[in-house]
Amino acid sequence: MGDSLYNKIGGEAAVNAAVDIFYRKVLSDARISGFFEGVDMDRQASKQKAFLTLAFGGPNHYTGEDMRRGHAHLVAKGLNDSHFDAVMENLGATLTELNVPAELIAQAAAIAESTRNDVLGK
Amino acid sequence: MKRIIFEGQSYDCKETESILDCLTTNGVPVPSSCKAGVCQTCLMRALQGSVPPESQRGLKSTLVERNYFMACSCYPVEDMEVALSGTGAGKMPATVVALESLNSEIICVKLHPSGPFEYRSGQYVNFFRDASTARSYSLASVPKLDDCIELHVRKVPQGQVSTWIHESLSPGDTVEISEASGDCFYVPGNPDQGLLLIGTGSGLAPLYGIIRDALLQGHSGPIRLYHGSLIVAGLYLMEELRQLARECLNFTYTPCVSEGAAPEGFSPGIVLDVALKDTPRLSGWRVYLCGNPAMVNAAKKKTFFAGASMRDIHADPF
Ligand SMILES: Cc1cc2nc3c(=O)[nH]c(=O)nc-3n(C[C@H](O)[C@H](O)[C@H](O)COP(=O)(O)OP(=O)(O)OC[C@H]3O[C@@H](n4cnc5c(N)ncnc54)[C@H](O)[C@@H]3O)c2cc1C
Ligand code: HEM
Ligand code: FES
Repeated sequence: MGDSLYNKIGGEAAVNAAVDIFYRKVLSDARISGFFEGVDMDRQASKQKAFLTLAFGGPNHYTGEDMRRGHAHLVAKGLNDSHFDAVMENLGATLTELNVPAELIAQAAAIAESTRNDVLGK
Repeated sequence: MKRIIFEGQSYDCKETESILDCLTTNGVPVPSSCKAGVCQTCLMRALQGSVPPESQRGLKSTLVERNYFMACSCYPVEDMEVALSGTGAGKMPATVVALESLNSEIICVKLHPSGPFEYRSGQYVNFFRDASTARSYSLASVPKLDDCIELHVRKVPQGQVSTWIHESLSPGDTVEISEASGDCFYVPGNPDQGLLLIGTGSGLAPLYGIIRDALLQGHSGPIRLYHGSLIVAGLYLMEELRQLARECLNFTYTPCVSEGAAPEGFSPGIVLDVALKDTPRLSGWRVYLCGNPAMVNAAKKKTFFAGASMRDIHADPF
């Protein structure tokens, strides 16, 4: 675990630092903010934390099937590749803002990217 | 369809039904209030069957261990036997010591609990009108400063519990209250942090407790309170708060009125706007928001965008 991506990025402290920045970006991104509105902010923030932990390769129990089920109601509302790309962009921008080295950003992006088909229910 | 056993009777719980829905539609009185897994009024205990974790979110670890859960957010995954949170466990009698008017619609209810009562200022208790009707009220008192526990109860027109408290209670009466719960309170350990507190109406109750608790615990960073109402008559404790601001230089009090011109000593406008105009950058600040749900929800978002961390924003909408 010592040299996992999660630990290299900075573990839970990094997730905590990233969650506010990422969530602010998502809420102010008109392309996707609609999916995140109207939900209790605290609950939503804890889900952002789950998302980032997953992208950083940290401890989580999510399966592809969970991702499929967890986003099915959003797919029904029109969630598609363009929204997925927007989330990827916000993830990259968040990590850049936190001065995470480019090669680690690329690894996190690859993990997130690997969930695309499940998230989009393809 | 899961089978729910309550007091020896069996009820069918549909997939889309919470245990609260299931029992109440069958005429079993289970107290409830927020119906959103927040207030813990609908606390029940599982005697048999596994408890879905969503229905225990935010409960004290001691309660989780004893299989307590919130019936309103419990969608059973298997058959369960359940009981009401129980006599004694979370409830105790208290004597009404005084009922004092704070303004035309809000009274201060002073209670003397019958036994040891642990709480932190800003948490709330559930106040029972009868076994199945309870509402939450925030604790404005400070354990080390006040002998009684104090609640600020606003009279809601036709409100079942608040109107009963206003019109039917007298000093000397015995009532039932729950243990204190909620996480809107001061946590020591970061004495230089700025504290921004915004409230409307009786939302001042928890804030009044939190501020005095923070000062008592030696908080040295800025503490800024904004209390808003439509008109001056909707505010209260103004003299006490002005006096506190004279005594404690790190504490400022800004009463706001949103309707018409503000008299001398009051800021005109919506309380949230006034607060954010004074403190537009909130990185590193801790924020407490209480009162009108529309204000609280807007304020959560705006203070978050102003830089406060989600983890530092504490809110009780009511
Ligand atoms: C965490 C928390 C802390 C709180 N702290 C405080 C506090 O410190 N001070 C305070 O004053 N309050 C506080 N509250 C609010 C309080 O718990 C009650 O919600 C409030 O007193 C109203 O309760 P009630 O029984 O008087 O009114 P209810 O009987 O619940 O009625 C509320 C309103 O809804 C209307 N209504 C009720 N039933 C119906 C119906 N079937 N159809 C249409 N309209 C209906 C009523 O006319 C009334 O206007 C808090 C709430 C929470 C969740
Ligand atoms: C990039 C890959 C993605 C991953 C790895 C991911 C991961 C997650 C995770 C782990 C959760 C929490 C699930 C839970 O515990 O309930 C979640 C919830 C959520 N995700 Fe994603 N997600 C991704 C993409 C997206 C996209 C593109 C959107 C929309 C634009 C989105 C919107 C949401 C919303 C709104 C929730 C909360 C749903 C709810 O309230 O139940 N996600 N996601
Ligand atoms: S009714 Fe408030 S937690 Fe269930």
